[in-house]
Amino acid sequence: MLNNLTLLISITFMYSAPLIFGALGGVTSERAGVVNIGIEGMMNIGAFAGTAVCYFTGNPWLGFLAAGLAGGLLALLHAVAAVTCRADQTISGIALNLIGPGFALFFCRMFFEGATMSKPIANKLPKIFGNLATQNAVAKNLNLDITAVLAVALTVLLWFVLYKTKWGLRIRSVGEHPAAADSLGISVTRVRYLCVLLSGVFAGFGGSCMTLDIITQYTPTAISGQGFIALAAVIFGKWTPQGAYGACLLFGFAQALTVVLGGGKFAVPSEILAMLPYVLTILVLILFVGRAVAPKEDGIPYEKGAR
Amino acid sequence: MQISDKYAVQMRGIVKTFGSLRALDHVDLDVRKGTIHALLGENGAGKSTLMNILYGLYQADGGEIYRNGKRVRIKGPNDAIRLGIGMVHQHFMLVENFTVTENVILGREVTNSLGVLDMKRAREDVRRIVEKYGFQVDLDAKIEDISVGMQQRVEILKALYRGVDVLILDEPTAVLTPQETNDLIGIMRNLAAGGKTIILITHKLKEIKQSSDACTIIRRGKLIDTVNPQTVDEETLAAKMVGHPVRLVVEKTPAQPKDAVFEIDRLSVRDKRGLPAVKDLSLKIHRGEIFGIAGVDGNGQNELVEAITCLARAESGTIKINGEEIQNTTPQNVIRHKISTIPSDRQRHGLVLDFSCEQNTILEKYRSGPFSRRGVLQNGKIAAYAEKLIREYDVRPSTCALQPARSLSGGNQQKLIIAREISNEPDLLIAVQPTRGLDVGAIEYVHKMLVHERDAGKAVLLISLELDEVLSVSDTIAVLYGGSILGTFRQDQADEKTIGLLMAGGKQHAVNG
Amino acid sequence: MRLTAKILKKPITSALIAIVCGFLVAAVVLAAAGYNPWQAFGALFSGMFARPKYISNVLIKAAPIILTGLSVAFAYKTSLFNIGAEGQYIVSAIVVTLLGIRLNLPAPLLIPVLLAAGMLAGGVWGGLVGLLKAKYGIHEVITSIMLNWIAFYLSNYIVNLPAFHQPDSTGTYPIRESGYIMLLPNWKRSPQGMAALSRIPWLREVMMRTDVNFGILIAVFMAVLVGFVLYRTAKGFELRAVGFNRDAAQFAGIDVGRSLLESMLISGALSGLAGCVAIMGAAPHNISTLAAFENNGFNGLSVAFIAGGSPVGCIFAGLLFGGFLYGGQTVQADVGAPSEIINIMMGTIVFFMALSKLISTLADRLAKGSALHAE
Repeated sequence: MLNNLTLLISITFMYSAPLIFGALGGVTSERAGVVNIGIEGMMNIGAFAGTAVCYFTGNPWLGFLAAGLAGGLLALLHAVAAVTCRADQTISGIALNLIGPGFALFFCRMFFEGATMSKPIANKLPKIFGNLATQNAVAKNLNLDITAVLAVALTVLLWFVLYKTKWGLRIRSVGEHPAAADSLGISVTRVRYLCVLLSGVFAGFGGSCMTLDIITQYTPTAISGQGFIALAAVIFGKWTPQGAYGACLLFGFAQALTVVLGGGKFAVPSEILAMLPYVLTILVLILFVGRAVAPKEDGIPYEKGAR
Repeated sequence: MQISDKYAVQMRGIVKTFGSLRALDHVDLDVRKGTIHALLGENGAGKSTLMNILYGLYQADGGEIYRNGKRVRIKGPNDAIRLGIGMVHQHFMLVENFTVTENVILGREVTNSLGVLDMKRAREDVRRIVEKYGFQVDLDAKIEDISVGMQQRVEILKALYRGVDVLILDEPTAVLTPQETNDLIGIMRNLAAGGKTIILITHKLKEIKQSSDACTIIRRGKLIDTVNPQTVDEETLAAKMVGHPVRLVVEKTPAQPKDAVFEIDRLSVRDKRGLPAVKDLSLKIHRGEIFGIAGVDGNGQNELVEAITCLARAESGTIKINGEEIQNTTPQNVIRHKISTIPSDRQRHGLVLDFSCEQNTILEKYRSGPFSRRGVLQNGKIAAYAEKLIREYDVRPSTCALQPARSLSGGNQQKLIIAREISNEPDLLIAVQPTRGLDVGAIEYVHKMLVHERDAGKAVLLISLELDEVLSVSDTIAVLYGGSILGTFRQDQADEKTIGLLMAGGKQHAVNG
Repeated sequence: MRLTAKILKKPITSALIAIVCGFLVAAVVLAAAGYNPWQAFGALFSGMFARPKYISNVLIKAAPIILTGLSVAFAYKTSLFNIGAEGQYIVSAIVVTLLGIRLNLPAPLLIPVLLAAGMLAGGVWGGLVGLLKAKYGIHEVITSIMLNWIAFYLSNYIVNLPAFHQPDSTGTYPIRESGYIMLLPNWKRSPQGMAALSRIPWLREVMMRTDVNFGILIAVFMAVLVGFVLYRTAKGFELRAVGFNRDAAQFAGIDVGRSLLESMLISGALSGLAGCVAIMGAAPHNISTLAAFENNGFNGLSVAFIAGGSPVGCIFAGLLFGGFLYGGQTVQADVGAPSEIINIMMGTIVFFMALSKLISTLADRLAKGSALHAE
C-alpha cells in the first residue's frame, strides 16, 4: 500500500515537472499581456537541445541550460511578432508550434545520422538524494527527481517576484493597463520582450525535463501535447504561478493514477484510464472554477495614443 | 513674451502632425508660476495633444519647450516627471485591480535593496501627502471599488507623490457633481497657493471663469488668443473657441405632453457584483416629452438602461411600454416593442466598427424583409436603405456606405447610430450620453434631433452626466442618486443649485412636477 | 505609390509575400546545413507535380485539411479559436468507422448516412465546447484541448475492442465498400474499364495507383458554401457581427450565447466532414491505434491562417499545405535534406501571415505619403 502511495507521489512529481515549467512560462508571458500559444513548440525545441547538448557533452545540466536557451531563442521570434510588429499573437504562436518541432527534427537528423530520434543519453538529471543504494522500494520512490524541486523553486520564485517585488508590480500593470504603465515611464516594450523571452526559457526547461529525465532521449513524440496542457493549466490556475502549479500537479496526479491503477487489480482498459486526467479537468472546471479572467489587456497589442 | 523663469512652462512654435492631419500648427504657450492656466478648445482642437507633448507621451515635430526659462527636451514621461511636470489624464490611467497605494507608487516603488516592495513604508509616504493637502482617499481600496471622484484624487496623488510642480489636469470635471467640481477647484487653489502651477484642459466655460487666472484658446490646432477669463464673458469665450457666435441655449417650443407611454414601477436591479444599483425606481414618460435623468456616474444609470434594454436582469418591479411588460425578456423583444436606444459607448455598443456603414444601418433589421429573403441578404435593398439614411441624417462623408464605420469621425458615427435608431420609428427613444466627445456643431445637431422627435410625438428618455445638457434639453428632469429618483422637476422649475444638491444625495423637499 | 498601396492591401498579397518568405527562410536553413536549396525545391515540386499520380495524391491529402481549415476559419470569423478541430475529426472518424462496419446498406444510402453521422459527431464534439462556454463560462481553449485528448484515447479504446479490432493489425476492420467515396472503384477494375483506361495513360495511373475520390470535390463545394453562408446570408451576417463586436451585437438584439454555440456546431461539423472524407475516401478506410495526433486538425489551423481566414482561400491554402506535406517526402528521398524543412517552411509562412497586418499598415502609410507629396 505504502509502496503504491509513494509510487504515486513519485510519478506525479515526475510527470508534472515538464508541465509546470511550461505553465510558468505561460503565466509569465500572459501576465505581461502577450498570449503564448507556442509553448508546445518551445518545449519541443528545448527538449531536443537539452538532449543533444547532454549527449555530446555528457553533462545534463549543460543540456538543461541549453534547452532554456533554445526555448528563449524561439520565443524571441514571438516577441518580435507580438510586441514590435503588433501581429496576431494567436497565429504567431501557432507558427512557432510548426517551426519549433521542425527545427528540432531537422537538427536531430543532422546530428544523429539522419534519425528522427536522438541517441539515449548516458547521464540524466539526478535525483534529490542522488544514487540511493537501497532495496527499500518506498525510499526509492521518495527519491524524487530533481526536476520536482526545481519546479517548486521556480514557482515560489515567480510568485514572489510577481507579488512582492517592484518588477512584478510593473509586469502586472503592463498586462492589465499598459497605457497607465506607459504614462508612468515604464517601458511596455521592454517588459513584454523580457517576459516573452523568459516564457520561452521556462518552456525550454520544461521540454528538457521530459528528455533529460523521463525518457532519456529525444523522439518525435517526446513532446506531444504537453505544451497545450500547460496552456490549459495557466487558464485553470487563473494566471497565477501557484494556481498553475496546482493544476499541473493535478494533471500529473491523474496521469500517475493511470499508471498505478493500470498495472493493478482494476480491470479498467488503459485507454479509459488515460482519459481520466482530461475528464477530471473538465469536471473540476464545471464544479469549481467557472469564469476565468485573463489579465485585462492579454493578447491585445499596445499602441501608443490609440483610442 | 520673453523666455524667463517667471514662467513655469513656455512652449514655442509647437508643430505636430499625425499622418496628413496637422494637429498643432506653431502653437505658443506661456504659463506663469503659481497660477491656474486654462487651455480652452473643442474636442479635437489640439489641447490634449499639446499637453501630451509637454508630458512626453508624444514628441513634437517642431518647436521648443522651456521650463523655468531653460530649454528642455522631454522624451518621455520619465523626463517630464524629473522636470517636475505631472499629468492627470481624462481617461484615468489606473490599474483596476491594484490598490490605491499600488497605483500611486507604480514606477517609483519603495523597495529594499533587492527590489522587494516595502508596502508599509510606501503607504506611510502616501498617507503623508494625503494629509498635507487634505484629500479624501482610501489607500487600501482597489480602484475597481472606489468612486470616480476618488479615482481622480488618486490620479492627482500620483503626480504629487512624484513631487511635481506643474500639474496638468485633462478635462477633470467631466465626471464630477457640481459640489465635487467645487471641491476640486478648492484643491487646485490650495495647490496654486502653495506654489504649484496648474494647467487645466477643459471645454467648460463656467469652470474656467470660476477657477482660472489665464485662459489660452486653441482652435483646429492654432493658437487663437490668451485672455483673462475674469474679464471676459462666456459668450466671447465660446465664440473664440468655435470661431463663430454660438447659441448656448437649446431652442425649443414648450412641450405638449400627451398620455404616458412608458412606465417603470418599483424597479430594482443589481450590478455586476451583486450589489443593488437601482432601488425601487419609478417613473413615467409621456408622448411628446423629453424626460431627462441627471446624476453623477455610478448611481445606477448604466444598470437602469441595461434593465430597460434587457441586457441585465431586473430583480423586481415592472417596465411597461404601451401597457405591455418588457422587463426580463430579450433585447430583441425590447426593439420589437418600439424602444430604440442610442448607447453611451458608441464604439462598444453602438457600432460594429469593422462592418461597413451600410451593414451597421441594418444591424437590427437584417433578419427580415426587405433586407433578407429566405435567409439570403438582399444587397440592393440594403444599399438603398443605407443611402437614404446617410443622406437624410447628413452623415459625412456621404460616400461612406461601403467604408468601415471605423473610418467615420466620432460625430458622424453618432449620426449614423441616431439615423438607425430614429428610423426604427420608436415610441420611446433612449439617448444615453449622446453628445460625449462631440464638438459644438455635432452637439447642436443631436439636441435638435431629440427635440424633433419629441415634437413628432415620441417619448424621449435622456440620460446624461452633463448637467447643463439635461437642464437645457429636457422638459422634465429627474435626479438619480444611489439608484433611486430623489426628485422630479419641470424644466421651468429646476434650478441648478437644488439639483446639484440632490445629485450629491442632499436631502430636500422632493418637488414632483 | 497608390497602386502599390492598393495591391498591398489585398489579402492575397499577404499570402504570397508570406509564401515567398517561407521559401527564403527554408533556402537559408538548407544552405546553412549544407544542402542545395534549388535541388531541394526542385525535388519538392517534382514530388508534387512530376507524375499524374502525385497530383492525385496531393488532392487526396489536401481534402481533409481544406475542411479542417474551413472549420477553424469559420470559428475564427466568429471570434472563436477552434483548437479542438483535431478531436472533432477523430470523433467523426470513430463514428464513421463504426457505422461503416456495422450498417449493411447500399452505397446511395450508406454514403449520405455516414456523411451525416460524421458531421453530427463532429458538430456535437464542437458544440460541447460552445455549450460549456455559454453555460459555465469555461474558456474554449481548455475544453477543446481536453476534448482532443479524450477523443484520442476514445479512438484507441474503440480500435482495441474485440468487436472491431482486425486481428494481426493495429487497426479496426475497414468500412464496407458501399461506404467508399472513391471514383468509380468497380468500373475501373472491370474489363471495359481497364480497356478504356489503357487508352488514357495518365488517367489510368491516377485511377489505378491512387485512391482518387470525391473528397476534394466535397471540400471545394463546402468552401464555396461556407463563403456564401458567411457573406451572403443573414445568419452569416449575424455570426460575423458577433465575431467583430459581441457587445454591439447583443445591443442590437442578437443572442450572443446562441450564436457562439451555433458557430461551434458548424465548425465541429466541418471538421467532422474532414474525418468522413479521410475514412471514406482513402485506404485503409479504417482507424488505427494512434501513437500521437495525426495532425489533420492542427494542420487545419495553419491552413486557415495561411488563407487569411477566407473560406475560398482555404482551398488554395489546403492544396499548398497538402502538396508540401506530400512532396516533402521526396525532398528527403532525393536530396537527403530532412523532410522537416517543410514544417519549418510552413511555420514560417504562417508566421509571416501573422505579420500581415504590418503590410496593410505599410500600405496605408504609402498611400498617405503619396497624398502628402501630391499637396
